[in-house]
Amino acid sequence: MFDSNEVLEAKLMTGKSGYDVVVPSLTFLARQIQAGVFMPLDKSKIPNYANMDPQIQALIAQNDKDNTHSANYLWGTTGIAYNEDMLKERLGADAPVDDWKLIFDPQYISKMTDCGVYILDTPSEILPIALLYLGEEPNSFDPAVIQKGVDLMLKIRPHITQFHSSQVIDALANGDACLAIAWSGDVLQAANRAEEAGKGVKVGYSIPKQGAPMWFDMMAIPKDAEHPNNAHVFINYMLKAEVMAGIQNYVEYASANAAAAKPGIGDHRIYPTPEVQATLFSLAVIPPEVDRIFNRAWTTIKTGQ
Amino acid sequence: MPYFWLLLFFAVPFLIALKISFAKAAIAMPPYTDVLYWVDGFPVVKLRGENYLYLLGDSLYINAYLSSLKIAVVSTFLCLLLGYPMAYSISRMAPATRNIALLLVILPSWTSFLIRIYAWVGILKPNGLINNYLMYLGLIDSPLKMLHTPIAVYIGIVYAYLPFMVLPLYTNLVKHDHRLLEAASDLGAKPWQAFLKVTLPLSKAGIIAGCMLVAIPAVGEFVIPEMLGGPETLMIGRVLWQEFFNNRDWPVASAVAMVMLALLIIPIMIFHRAQAKEMEGKLT
Repeated sequence: MFDSNEVLEAKLMTGKSGYDVVVPSLTFLARQIQAGVFMPLDKSKIPNYANMDPQIQALIAQNDKDNTHSANYLWGTTGIAYNEDMLKERLGADAPVDDWKLIFDPQYISKMTDCGVYILDTPSEILPIALLYLGEEPNSFDPAVIQKGVDLMLKIRPHITQFHSSQVIDALANGDACLAIAWSGDVLQAANRAEEAGKGVKVGYSIPKQGAPMWFDMMAIPKDAEHPNNAHVFINYMLKAEVMAGIQNYVEYASANAAAAKPGIGDHRIYPTPEVQATLFSLAVIPPEVDRIFNRAWTTIKTGQ
Repeated sequence: MPYFWLLLFFAVPFLIALKISFAKAAIAMPPYTDVLYWVDGFPVVKLRGENYLYLLGDSLYINAYLSSLKIAVVSTFLCLLLGYPMAYSISRMAPATRNIALLLVILPSWTSFLIRIYAWVGILKPNGLINNYLMYLGLIDSPLKMLHTPIAVYIGIVYAYLPFMVLPLYTNLVKHDHRLLEAASDLGAKPWQAFLKVTLPLSKAGIIAGCMLVAIPAVGEFVIPEMLGGPETLMIGRVLWQEFFNNRDWPVASAVAMVMLALLIIPIMIFHRAQAKEMEGKLT
């Protein structure tokens, strides 16, 4: 068990993690492949690999060449989450929920501060979104361009109440957050929890029209796995159409499994329409020196230091 | 034998971290360059001091150290302010009630530390216990912002570390001879004068022990500022986490840890030396 990509990576990099199968995000996986953490998958042991959606496989192959080391588990988007009633109360019925300006234009976000604004604590996702809003290349590694995104974040910083990647589900479900940048499945889980709690909290999710990052959780096998054979069998089982359909029903993320009946296919929060899907972009793998710029700037944004 | 354990559990991890702090980050397993390598059969040690220079070059790290120290000092002082009267009154109770009171001090520690801090999230949050109660009473119209503020961090630290202040103070105070206070009062001292001139100086060792037990772990605290603090709460524990997990720069993270250790060990050594001197003074 591991609770975040960062913790998993620390374990994998030390070696002998004891894991047979791990599920990091694609951007993390790409770096771990470079460090030589994973073994190539033996596709002959994974006949269900044929179920994968070629379109999504092609996107993933940008970071894992020829899909050698990994198989997609689920994927999702990073968009805007909001409390429907609180938003309506503060910004009216025609609030621009389908536009990143809801977050990046102070005239909107400033009215939401009092009910809680949460931002994911991941500079590698939020800064590209800020650049996208500014009309820059979201995956830019140019420090001058990154700085523009940082300046934009600093402008809305006074209106942000918390930077956190895992507290947001609870906060949205309990009504402690009314606006957030969050991961699609997390928001839908929050919406379900809010419904179960029956306190009248309604959580909405939108993929803004400018586009949004798309991310992939990938299954891979460490080189030093003790039971590589079982690991292949497990991945093959996970890619079985019925199994994947059951998982999707439960976690409400999208799957790249073309053969699985897609229960959420009608839900455009999970499976965006083809027009929206065309606006999505995948995040680049960031080289270490740029990573440092991102994280240092992020500290400035968060603490003013 | 005790030195063996000290070597095993302190020196070995310390030396490993020290070694990593002189390396450079790399995309590899493990993710840093070798400090020791072989050239033509000879071992070559390459120590890079750049991680330490880097810490000096960016004011973030110095500010984080200073702000951690400040938070630790203020919370230690608050713990002392709250803990002293508690320990004093417990030490004056009848032995039977005294044990119950001590049990009450220790009892919360039987629950996981993490769960107790989560409980504070529930108490302080906008939709939480305090705000709902104050709004029910009609004292406030909109929730007060308490969670994710520096005040929440202080509340968390003082709450979590209070037993570490109360227990050493209690052990010290319970040994005091009450006849000393009677003597002081016979000689015309008012109660507060007797307290300042007799009880307080006699409890110095307890105060110092309690303050050390609270201040030292508080400097490196990570969980409390992470859960109760706002994004602007800068503490060295958080910076260390960030270097290790977000920047994936183990060498810089190790350097941060080394400096933190130095900052904590030097005052402890000064304190020990002062105490040793005092002991010598008493013997002669």
